[in-house]
Formats: sequence, structure tokens, C-alpha cells
Amino acid sequence: MNELLQCTALELGAAIRKGEVSIPEVTSLALEAAGANPNNAFITLTPEAAMARAEELQKHLADGSASSPLYGVPMAVKDNICVQDVPATCASKILGGFRPPYDATAWEQMLAGGAVSIGKTNMDEFAMGSTTETSFYGAVQNPWDTDRVPGGSSGGSAAATAARTCWYALGSDTGGSIRQPASYCGVTGVKPTYGTVSRYGLIAYASSLDQIGPLARDAADCAAILDLLQKKDPRDGTSLEMPGAGTLLQSLTGDVRGLKIGIPAECFGDGLDPQVRKAVLEVAEVLKRRGAVVQELSFPVMKYVVPTYYIIACAEASSNLSRFDGVKYGWRAEEYEGLTDLYQKTRTQGFGTEVKRRILLGTFVLSSGYYDAYYRKALQVKSLIRDAFRSAFDSCDLLLTPVAPTTAPRLGESLSDPLQMYLSDIYTVSVNLAGLPGLSMPCGQDDKGLPIGAQLIGPHFGEATLLNAAFGYQQDTDWHKKAPKGGARA
Amino acid sequence: MTVTPEIVDYISELSRLSLEPEEKASMTAQLEQIVGYMDVLTQLDTAAVEPLSHVFPLKNVLREDVVVPSRERAELLANAPVPDEEAFLVPRTVD
Repeated sequence: MNELLQCTALELGAAIRKGEVSIPEVTSLALEAAGANPNNAFITLTPEAAMARAEELQKHLADGSASSPLYGVPMAVKDNICVQDVPATCASKILGGFRPPYDATAWEQMLAGGAVSIGKTNMDEFAMGSTTETSFYGAVQNPWDTDRVPGGSSGGSAAATAARTCWYALGSDTGGSIRQPASYCGVTGVKPTYGTVSRYGLIAYASSLDQIGPLARDAADCAAILDLLQKKDPRDGTSLEMPGAGTLLQSLTGDVRGLKIGIPAECFGDGLDPQVRKAVLEVAEVLKRRGAVVQELSFPVMKYVVPTYYIIACAEASSNLSRFDGVKYGWRAEEYEGLTDLYQKTRTQGFGTEVKRRILLGTFVLSSGYYDAYYRKALQVKSLIRDAFRSAFDSCDLLLTPVAPTTAPRLGESLSDPLQMYLSDIYTVSVNLAGLPGLSMPCGQDDKGLPIGAQLIGPHFGEATLLNAAFGYQQDTDWHKKAPKGGARA
Repeated sequence: MTVTPEIVDYISELSRLSLEPEEKASMTAQLEQIVGYMDVLTQLDTAAVEPLSHVFPLKNVLREDVVVPSRERAELLANAPVPDEEAFLVPRTVD
């Protein structure tokens, strides 16, 4: 493999600015690596648009106008984020033929920073899944072991970044969809504080939980990407001003002296693979050696986070996905009798099983007679979950937990038992319910050589603390530098 | 909580989804299993807890009312499965 493909996005950005490599040169390198669509990580590749963009950026570079440290660095975009005129399928049959007439705000921000997209990455259909097996366009393989899942729902973004097909990718995270695939594929990913990245142009799954974020080689790359992404947007009513937006990269020192890291006992109990437990707890030791203070604490609501998450996420999904009816965009059933039948046939034939399951669950918890017992109850428990995090952050700065109970499962193992798959989201979903920032970083490998991820959770707007702790950890370890053998493999 | 085939019929109709008999049987069983698991929440006493819909106490998010052009009609209709020059076409709903 070309050595350039191994370097970080920031290293490549620096080489571009110094004139050591040209943007068209590195873009064709990425396009070549992605050409045969290794691991089925992409749904759409856009080679012509990427090369045209690369030439244009190179021309402006000569004027001395590199607009960010990531200027000219090739990347990829999850297929639920709108890029003007490029098909956005959400990995669903029902959005077949849809070409967004506008850019998502998050993508506009990346364009302003000089990003070059090589294509749109594969995902679970409508981001509903933890394995990237529910895609209408076929499952994604984990580049570390092609018999295994890459995680989900941003599995294509994680696999492409891990396989060194591109230098980083955008994903979205509703209940762990950035952090868990980052963990299974050995890359670093961040779910930002809710509201700090605009959701305008992100095709909605569960609007109160969805957030766009980066999957990249290391914490510094994630900081540089977030510096571009986090901006208040008048087109998103839940958008917030991020204090200190745009200064994450420059704030990284790796100094964690006195940082108080909490270890929730409930996150290290039954159901956690002992190899994952050991690797994640070793992160605490590394940070302790750098001067952090580690303390155990109790997080008593752990037992309730998965049901609360699935009730709220499915309720919002059932409402959000009612817009797919075969009228305004996307695919329409070929035969139907009357309007209701048109809706029904289009939706029945256009959605996959997991999406139908979540629409039905959501409709159930919102329906008259069950609303109070399920949906309202979940909103009450959500309040208790927020309070539990508040009290945890009274005594510490960050929490350290696993990302997932195991390393990547084999393809085909998860879909037959949806409840089992939902339960594997136990360590990530509470972060979305409370709107907190969460980071996933590689911290070891199991006896099969599969990556293990550790999660750091911060208080609202705690991105700088999170990224600095991860940056410090990555100064002393090299798990984030490990690449799957063969890297990009067809 | 028992999820009956009648409940599944009812929520399918509300969702505008029609399930084949086999699909309906497996979906009913899976929904019962999942909803049964969700019943763990009944262990918590939440009588005094206000439901929380938004984690940030955002209220009345206002902005200046500025006129901006909307999208071109042709551009939006281009994505419709069956449009004409000015509208989305659907089967006749009123005689």
C-alpha cells in the first residue's frame, strides 16, 4: 500500500500545504483504493466529481487559500447526509432515484474547509441497525476479518477509514452508530454534544438523538473535523452555539494531570467480554500514569437505558418515516389501486424488515392505550438518566466505559435475534438520550486480532476534555495506528 | 404485555404497512419479546418525574424573518416518481 494512505488526515493536509503532494494525486490514490469497492463500504462512488473538485482546490491552493488543516484531504460521507445531486439512498430501496437538490449544512461546512468527497458510504437502512447488514445494497465486511460485521449503522464509513480507502469519513450517531463501528473497525469516532452539529440535510431517524460526527485515524483528526462541523445553524431549530467552537485542535495538549475519570461499576459487570474489560480498564492505567485521577462510581440506571432508547427512537422513527409514501421523492410501487394502496404497497415493498419492525414498535408505543405506559414512561426515565449523568459529572470530568460488550460478531449472527442486537447497544445509547458527547477509540485487540474500543463520555460541550484525554492516551499507545492486514482489500 | 395478532393488524394499518402471514407471525413474536423486555421500566417509580422531551431547555428559538428564495419547482419535482410540470401525481382521491 502507498505510504500516504497510512498517514493521518492532518499529516496529509500538511503535506498538501507544503506542496509535497498534490490534491489530484492523493484523490486518485483514494479513488484507486476505493475502485473495486472493498468490503462493500460504498453505495455510490463519485470519481469524476472528486477529481474535478481536487483540481479546483489545487488551483486555489496556489493562491494561498487553504481554508483549514484538512484542505484537500479526500474523505467519504455517510449516505444519509445530503450532498447536492449525488444519490442519497439511506441504504433503502424506498429512496431509490433520490438526488438531493441541496447540501446538508454539515457538508457545506466541510466544503468550506476544503473537503473532497470520493463517495457515499454504506450503512444500515435508515441507520437502523448495529451491524450494517440491513442495507438494501448488501452487508459491509469488517476489513479486519471479512467474515465479521463492521458494526453499525455507520459501518461503511468505519470500514473505509479503517481499510485506508480514505482518510476520514462523516457518520451519524443516534444510539452508537459512530462509536460502535469505530470500535469494531479500530478507528476513532466522536458523537458530538446534541445540537452542536446541524441536522439540516441529515435524513432523520430519531430527531432528538441524531447527530453527525467524524470517524478518523486519531483524536487530533477528529478535533480538526469537529472544528469545521460545529456551528449554529438557523435552519435547525435544535442547533446550539458551541462554546469555543473551532478551537478544539489547537486546544490539544495531552495534559491530563488532575483530570478526574469516573468508572461506572455497572458498565463492567455481567455480559462484558473479559478481554474487552481488561483492555478498557488498561486505558485508565495509561491515563493515571499521565496524572489523571481514576475513581469508581455507581450509575444505577444502566438497566433501563436500552428499553428507554428503543421506545423513544422507534417512536420518532415511526413519525419521521411517514414521509416516505411514494409521492414526493424516491421509489413508488409499480401496481396499486387508489391512494391508500399506493402508500401501503410502496412502504411494504420499499422498507426492509428491521425498518418495518421499528416503525411498528414506534407506532405501538405512541398508540392510544399504550402511550402512557411506554412513550411517556420512557420520557420520564430519560429525565432520570440525565440526572444520573449530572450527578456523575458532579464528582468527575469524564466517564470511561466499553463501547460494546464484545468485539465484532460474525456476519449473519445478529439479525435473527433483534432483541439481542438491541442489547449490544447498552453502553452507547444513554449518551444520546442525555445529549452528551461521546468518543470511541481503539484500546487493544482480542485473541482473534479484532480491535477493542474504549468510550469516553463528557458533560455537555465537553468535547475539548474528551479529545484531550484521547489525544493524551494516543501519545502513549499505538492501537490507533494499527491497520488491518492488507488494508484496502477488494 | 401480550402482543396479539389484532394489535399487530391495528398498528400495521396505522403505519400503512401490510405484512404477509408468515412475516406477521414472526413480527408478532418478536414485538412481544421486545415489548416484554421494555416492561422492565415499570419497576421504576416515576410518579413524581416530569417527562423530558428535550435535554436542553430550548424555548422559542427565534430568528429574523428574512425573505429567501425557495427551491425551483422543477428541481423538486425532478425527484418525484410521477410528476407532471407542476405537481406530484397520485391516483384520483375525490370523484
